[in-house]
Amino acid sequence: MKRRTYIDPTIASSDITPESVFLNRRDLIKASSSRAAAALGLSVVSSGGASEPAGLPFTADTNDALRKELTPYEDVTQYNNFYEFGTDKSDPAQHAHAMTTDPWTIKVGGLVNQPGELHLEDIMRGFDLEERIYRFRCVEAWSMVVPWIGFPLAELLKRFDPKAEGRFVEFKTLYRRAEMRGTRSFTSVIDWPYREGLRIDEAMHPLTLMTVGLYGKTLPNQNGAPLRLIVPWKYGFKSIKSIVEINVTAKQPKTSWQELQPSEYGFFANVNPEVDHPRWSQRFERRLPSSIFNPNRVPTLPFNGYEEQVAGLYAGMDLRKFY
Amino acid sequence: MSLSAGVPRWVATIVVVAVCLLPLLVLSIQLGTGQLGPDPAKRLMQGTGEWGLRGLALVLLAAPLAQRGWPALFRFRRILGLCLFLYVSLHLLLFAQVYVGWNGTLLVEELKERPYVLVGFSAWMAMLPLALTSTDRARRWLGRRWRQLHRLIYPATVLAWLHLFWLARSDVGEALIYGLIFAGLLLWRVRRAQLRAR
Repeated sequence: MKRRTYIDPTIASSDITPESVFLNRRDLIKASSSRAAAALGLSVVSSGGASEPAGLPFTADTNDALRKELTPYEDVTQYNNFYEFGTDKSDPAQHAHAMTTDPWTIKVGGLVNQPGELHLEDIMRGFDLEERIYRFRCVEAWSMVVPWIGFPLAELLKRFDPKAEGRFVEFKTLYRRAEMRGTRSFTSVIDWPYREGLRIDEAMHPLTLMTVGLYGKTLPNQNGAPLRLIVPWKYGFKSIKSIVEINVTAKQPKTSWQELQPSEYGFFANVNPEVDHPRWSQRFERRLPSSIFNPNRVPTLPFNGYEEQVAGLYAGMDLRKFY
Repeated sequence: MSLSAGVPRWVATIVVVAVCLLPLLVLSIQLGTGQLGPDPAKRLMQGTGEWGLRGLALVLLAAPLAQRGWPALFRFRRILGLCLFLYVSLHLLLFAQVYVGWNGTLLVEELKERPYVLVGFSAWMAMLPLALTSTDRARRWLGRRWRQLHRLIYPATVLAWLHLFWLARSDVGEALIYGLIFAGLLLWRVRRAQLRAR
């Protein structure tokens, strides 16, 4: 018997709620109701950020195995290295609220055929967002598993059409002294603004993520709002936060930690258990949260477990020399 | 000394021990209430190490102060020394548990490849016999050799300072301050030895 499909002529296909929005409706409702409550002058429980993170529409990651190992939201957002706000792990969560993230402009230039700017609305709504559950490994030998929300950097770069001579991509973080108390300290060690860079093939790799959110919501300031980079096979300091400038260059760009301490921090910074940091071993990492009696020490994987996807980029390269 | 007026020694002892263990108590409470964050081991190692260094400075300060007419610190030097040993032993235990996972091969590797671990461990080893011979009985049994043995505190201090200096990431300020303090305290002894030799 032929099945009859039900068609309601009063509903246009453009009215249909996208599946990702439908699946995240509770987060969206929570976000909008807390904003409504704030507008009515009712107190809103704040995560400490300048504004409550808003829900985002995205396609969920299908990696259920890694989903079981997620680091709690509390730890992801309260334990950060963001020296612009202070060098203690708890400083960014306490002080990053001072940073204004709206309006926000990202200048894209250098060796591109279509230099221009992206504004906050462009990065939030101009790309299809995906959830990517990635391992995040700090050079300090602690790690987390975080469900990032974003889009491939390749998609962004394609819009600006890098020239053939472009071999590297350079990134810069916001530097606003008035809003970043860590930059006003006379013992601050970094030559602001914070800078990072990738080789063009690393930048165009499908794993490399322009990240606008985590745990289904926009990034809290301390995690690098409104836009940060995530390169999961490299040490965390490569995943530059609060980006305001992206340039395609012909020469390898200077990067902040490499400038500060070249014997300890290299340009590539690929996660590698065989290449120790001068002052500590990189064989193991503490998967957070870690406790005294259950330190959660796990062996560090080559390329942070992404060897299969990225090892090819470094074929024939001496990983000890180019750390 | 002003403290001894009417206060029995055992009361003073308890007070001093309590004061010495206060930082440890605070750290334990912070640990228990989750205030040390998701990576508490690191904060605890910093805390135990810091207080160990301060204890060391106080222990070395006892003799110079006594010479100047303030014998209080000297009277409680043994307690200070034992408490400092407790802090640095906890520091070492944390390292073994969280960073090395009680793995013998890994420990040997750390000792061979990381100078700051080697000097830190050596500093603890130098302090161990001092803790073990801290009792009155041991002092009587060792006689003159007790004093000689307890001079190990001087190399222990140098090793402990090197441990701090080599650990510093970008902030050598702290190491320099302790360096000045320890240098001063050790130089006082050099001077005293010179004066005695005359």
